Amino acid sequence: MRARASLRARAAASAAVAVNWASRRAGLGSGTVAGGRAGLVVDPHLVEKLCVGRPVALVSGTNGKTTTTALLAGALGAGLGGGVVTNATGSNMPAGHAAALAAGGRTGPVVLEVDEAYLPAEVASLEPTCAVLLNLSRDQLDRTSEVRMLANRWRVAFAGGAPVDLVANADDPLVVWAAGQAERVHWIGAGLGWRNDAVGCPSCGEQVTFADAFGAGGWSCVCGFARPALEAWLEEAADGGSLACFADGRRLVVDLELPGRFNRANALMAAVAASSMGVGADEALGAMAQVPSVAGRFTVGEIAGSPTRLMLAKNPAGWSELLDLVGGGTAPVVVAINARTADGKDPSWLWDVEFEALAGRTVVATGERARDLAVRLRYAGVDHATVDDPRAAVAFAALEDGRTAAPVEFIGNYTAFHDLLDHAR
Amino acid sequence: MSTGLRIVVVYPDLLGTYGDGGNGLVLARRAEWRGIKASLHQALSADPVPMGDLYCLGGGEDGPQVRAAAALRQDGTLVGAVERGAAVLAVCAGFQIVGTTFPDANGSGRAGLGLLDVSTVKGTGPRAVGEVVADITAAGAGPLPTLSGFENHAGVTRVGPGAEPLATVRRGIGNGGGDASEGAVAGKVLGTYLHGPVLARNPALADLLLGWATGGQLVPLDDHEEAALRQERLAVGRRSPSGMARTRRRISRALRR
Repeated sequence: MRARASLRARAAASAAVAVNWASRRAGLGSGTVAGGRAGLVVDPHLVEKLCVGRPVALVSGTNGKTTTTALLAGALGAGLGGGVVTNATGSNMPAGHAAALAAGGRTGPVVLEVDEAYLPAEVASLEPTCAVLLNLSRDQLDRTSEVRMLANRWRVAFAGGAPVDLVANADDPLVVWAAGQAERVHWIGAGLGWRNDAVGCPSCGEQVTFADAFGAGGWSCVCGFARPALEAWLEEAADGGSLACFADGRRLVVDLELPGRFNRANALMAAVAASSMGVGADEALGAMAQVPSVAGRFTVGEIAGSPTRLMLAKNPAGWSELLDLVGGGTAPVVVAINARTADGKDPSWLWDVEFEALAGRTVVATGERARDLAVRLRYAGVDHATVDDPRAAVAFAALEDGRTAAPVEFIGNYTAFHDLLDHAR
Repeated sequence: MSTGLRIVVVYPDLLGTYGDGGNGLVLARRAEWRGIKASLHQALSADPVPMGDLYCLGGGEDGPQVRAAAALRQDGTLVGAVERGAAVLAVCAGFQIVGTTFPDANGSGRAGLGLLDVSTVKGTGPRAVGEVVADITAAGAGPLPTLSGFENHAGVTRVGPGAEPLATVRRGIGNGGGDASEGAVAGKVLGTYLHGPVLARNPALADLLLGWATGGQLVPLDDHEEAALRQERLAVGRRSPSGMARTRRRISRALRR
């Protein structure tokens, strides 16, 4: 019986690899999802079978999944050796997991980015060593659950499930609610810039009070629901970088190629996850420092002859992080908005983004929903041009600006970012 | 609170899920651009609702919606302000709240504010999600251009004799009661299921509300960016899903031949 199952899993894995190879040969894209689907048809339990007996980490949350997954994979690769299997393309549903596992080695650690909706099922079926819970906020409301429903589903899954080390962002009340009934939780002060989904207490509905902007001061509600005691947190260093501080007194420099406080917070979460899997936090952070760019994010490439830094922000929380990063500068900014299925078909979330921070800059609106964005910018008091084609928009921004030699800051939502990335040199 | 036109966004912490806070910003800017002194106040649910001339309520999740309705009933300011002639724009969950009853997460009826004679029950079909195009039918809204917006709701709303439907959907679901109606209006209280935000996509509707609140004539503004957005969205709406289904059927028939 066991031999048959293993034979079936092997056949399924071969099917996944073959379909992906054919798909790439035919020029139909990377084929990740197509191959994974084929594998899951041959063996619906392919993902769990290929994870049996291996250290498995799952990474989920609204923002930072792909980056944190890559950082953790880098840390485990350096610390545990052997090929780490990971879904680096960001295909974060079961088909993407099946494809990554089928194409990778049969032993060694597994790090999977998991779509928030699939996390409860995968925690139950894969019995991971550890799960990283980054944050929960509104995203693609036309096709996903409202975020509180999601937090409740996570809470149920972690309350009764197999023991797993949760690495949870204690600065996000919804994440604390989701992880609150689990047996083993590492509470991390990773910060929370965007608060609008967290102000209603998930326990009693009253208003959660935050002590300060980035969460260092904690939060609490009148019902007693409050930030748990931290095992580790991020502190700003004098040189503008960050320090990972641990309750046991350790203080480690977080020095990444990737920019932004939010990425240093992702690294802290990954470092604690790596510790729970047997790699020291210092060694993990050292390995993460070598990760140059994740799935093209923050890549500086050439678009239509202009050096351009490519960034992805697909919801208000992600935007709040990026505005924190680019808001103080003077470089021209191109914002590209699409509303395809993968982006969410309702771009009204643009009105939750504080575009007011871009006033005075050269700003160009582009993408398939450039007109929605242009109206938003008008009411934000941000002078802007609208250029339909994203590459032409970058060229226009570089020409129009002229003042700065800095790369054009291009911020797109999911498909807008990926479309332009394909053109970057 | 300052003098001039007082615009109040009600409970953005509970009713701010779908970018509807933008409606308050659109109203405030369109007043300022005309030289009308206006203040924009974000009224959080923990605080008393301030006196205002124009109130905006947005969409929200089931639990927060129940809390918002209870808090607004207890606070009483909004109901009192409407009695004294304040105008209200209520969107989605907010639209349901200003009605007489609306369903909670379990489908049980909860008491609304009774500012608009509409009642909402939980729908039995799939959630209404997508682009909406709707022609204004309400006499109380006057002649207005076609409405454009995006809906995302499960409730089915019936308009009672004390209010009139705002519009008739050309594309989308709207109130969902089978009569193709969308939204409702009575006096200076206007409810709709449309996000977008609705006033960004329909500046004429914003000006209708501003006119109600100020009682004055409004000079026209240069709305070419809104016009471009409307042209694009209304063109998308012209290809209705049923129209596309007809095309698909025609193609598959042709292929079978």
